[in-house]
Amino acid sequence: MSDGEWKPMIQAIICNWCSYAGADLAGGARIQYPPDVRAIRVMCTGRVDPLFIMKALQDGADGVLISGCHFGDCHYLEGNFKCAKRMFMIKTILKNLGLDDRRVRMTFVSASEGAKWGMVMEDVINTITELGPSPLKK
Amino acid sequence: MTGNEKPRIGVFICHCGTNIAGSLDVNDVMEYAKTLPGVIVADQYQYMCSTPGQSKIADAIDEHDLNGIVVAACSPRLHEPTFRTATKVGGLNPFRFEMANIREQNSWVHMHDREGATEKAKDAVRIAVAKASLLEDLIPKSVDVEHAALVVGGGIGGMQAALDLANSGIKTYLVEKDTSIGGRMSQLDKTFPTLDCSQCILTPKMVDVGRNENIELMTWSEVESVDGFIGNFDIKIRKKARGVMTPDEAEAKGIVGGGCNGCGDCANVCPVVKGNEFEMGMAPRKAIYINHPQVIPQIYTIDFNSCVKCGLCVEACGDKKAIDLEMEDQFVDIKVGTVVIATGYELFPVEVKSEWGYKRFDNVITGLEFERLICASGPTGGKLIRPSDGVIPQKVGFVLCAGSRDNTGEGKPYCSRFCCMYSLKHAHQIIEKIPGAKVYLFYMDIRSFGKMYEEFYYRIQSEGAKFIRGRVANILEDPLTKNLTVFTEDTLLQRPVNVECDMVVLAAAIQPPAQTEVVRRQFGVSLSQDGWLLEAHPKLNPCGTTTAGVFLAGVCQGPKDIPDTVAQAEGAASAAAIPIHMGKVELEPYFAQCIEELCAGCGMCVNLCPYSALALVEKDGRQVMQVTEAKCKGCGTCGGFCPGGAIKMQHFTSQQIVAQIDAFLLGGRGGAQ
Repeated sequence: MSDGEWKPMIQAIICNWCSYAGADLAGGARIQYPPDVRAIRVMCTGRVDPLFIMKALQDGADGVLISGCHFGDCHYLEGNFKCAKRMFMIKTILKNLGLDDRRVRMTFVSASEGAKWGMVMEDVINTITELGPSPLKK
Repeated sequence: MTGNEKPRIGVFICHCGTNIAGSLDVNDVMEYAKTLPGVIVADQYQYMCSTPGQSKIADAIDEHDLNGIVVAACSPRLHEPTFRTATKVGGLNPFRFEMANIREQNSWVHMHDREGATEKAKDAVRIAVAKASLLEDLIPKSVDVEHAALVVGGGIGGMQAALDLANSGIKTYLVEKDTSIGGRMSQLDKTFPTLDCSQCILTPKMVDVGRNENIELMTWSEVESVDGFIGNFDIKIRKKARGVMTPDEAEAKGIVGGGCNGCGDCANVCPVVKGNEFEMGMAPRKAIYINHPQVIPQIYTIDFNSCVKCGLCVEACGDKKAIDLEMEDQFVDIKVGTVVIATGYELFPVEVKSEWGYKRFDNVITGLEFERLICASGPTGGKLIRPSDGVIPQKVGFVLCAGSRDNTGEGKPYCSRFCCMYSLKHAHQIIEKIPGAKVYLFYMDIRSFGKMYEEFYYRIQSEGAKFIRGRVANILEDPLTKNLTVFTEDTLLQRPVNVECDMVVLAAAIQPPAQTEVVRRQFGVSLSQDGWLLEAHPKLNPCGTTTAGVFLAGVCQGPKDIPDTVAQAEGAASAAAIPIHMGKVELEPYFAQCIEELCAGCGMCVNLCPYSALALVEKDGRQVMQVTEAKCKGCGTCGGFCPGGAIKMQHFTSQQIVAQIDAFLLGGRGGAQ
């Protein structure tokens, strides 16, 4: 990162079947959005261990995005639902730690929602930019 | 990496012509890759997926004794298999490969931010190298494939797929929710542009399906539940209570020589009269009925919602004893290797566009109603009359794109693809049957894209049909004569016009059938934005889905005419037959493993697993979790939850994912390497 203007570092963990495909579709459609998010691919958001999110925050991520299939669309039936349940717990922990829980977020983007992925990117980056650098940043 | 193995990674950056190199600095990314821990060699190439590009990988593995490969190129959803193969050719286990997506999720979406895109690509490479440094050899699991297939939907697409599968020697179950196979095509009169009679070309196929020894036809049936995966789908079929036994069913009950023979004596005596759905409600049927004379199978069905159980039909059936008024739904379990979905379409409820007066004005009908009115086997015996007074119409208007290509939110944004052509055909039929009749087609564009379609369009023009380019604003009815006035703008003459017609035919849009939602959830198939079932790749895998072993045929994937439906059905059948004929299929080895020394035997994971793949077993005097690999699909839900970190998700291990997170946020400094 070049010196000067602060740019958010946002960690995304996204599922192979819906959100990753949706993000690919956004590419195919040349939907333009800012480049501040780095995505890791997992097969299902059910794979997301809450510790991954905590680790990202500990490492200084300004925001963490988890994105999976819509409810009922999960390639593995209900992994996204289980992940969503964990998100409530994580958000509670964040609040207890004094962090703004908007830094961690879950979205649902299907394989056909390229345009939505673009909007999610804009929105996540705007939200985190507004919140400013993570207080956990070393 | 395992044990003392030190990472020796090769990184290859693809230009993809200018797709990638046009938006970010490939050279900069390559030079950066060389500085990363574990990277032995970094290279770049115009097209990594080309043969020379792939050779670079194999050669570098040999030359530098690499144990991990990273390719930064397009999406792994596109070329991961390609580069895994290249890795394997180079002598490495194919799972020692990791891909960095710098095209779909970088160069294509940050086209005007070269610096930002280049930084992101460097991060993506760093993240991929971190993962590649921890990859392990994996062996795909191979499973046997059941020598049988299921086709859902008995329209022309499903029938063609079933015939192809059956003719290649595969036992095929064809499940149709209606009482007969044939689908929409059996309702059509003539087909464009050849004008051959739809029934004439369809019924031989229907008969073939009925007679084929490899096809088990299940009409009046629906898929109840689906379990399992490619090679071994366990499917429960609900055979809806028909109230009438086939000869086979009768024989099984000990009624020799009994069962329905399609004589129709029952329907003659049935006192209940309903609208026949096959005739779009324009002709009557009884509560015990067949839709039309050519049904396959030739078995009557009782509509239990209307039946008054008077028993007259039972009496009329006599010794055949085919009718059982107390029949209940039955469930049949089948096991198949692959599935073809061919669930077709339904008509958009065009009355939603109230300005055209469908269902308000008697003489406004849909194209499908027109098909039945002009069909020799239809309710009028093929005599085209208008519904309000039975008079032969002399001026007929056709409203094209009735609900299609409609961005108002009321209709469908897509082109329904066959309405232009059938409206041209309708115009021809009127001109042919009613001398002197005038035909007006109100259109936006005429889409005559198929073989001999444009020629057909010219023919109809030369036959005297009037084409008025303009979207119809509204239609008004004269309450006395029931004649209609069509208001539109002729956009070529640039002036408003109104045309008086005796009858108006709406080329109604088509939409996914209501059951699509159920079917797609059963088989784990996604939807496109427009509600049709989503193919695995729009160009290169139009028959496949994201669920391995499930294929799509016909309109369920998107609007298609008959030739395209049949072609796709043959493609889907071929794709579905391949794993069955191979006998074995390889599954990605992403399954869970239990690290027993960390497992506390709490059993939380056992309840989380959607596939019942996990169980607690007694080992060395304590409970530990055990994975049944054949059942595990590798979602990782158990691994995401295990409080002790005792579950290792192969290829997506916690160590690997944390290394990726560290690589991004700490620049690799805090990595777990």
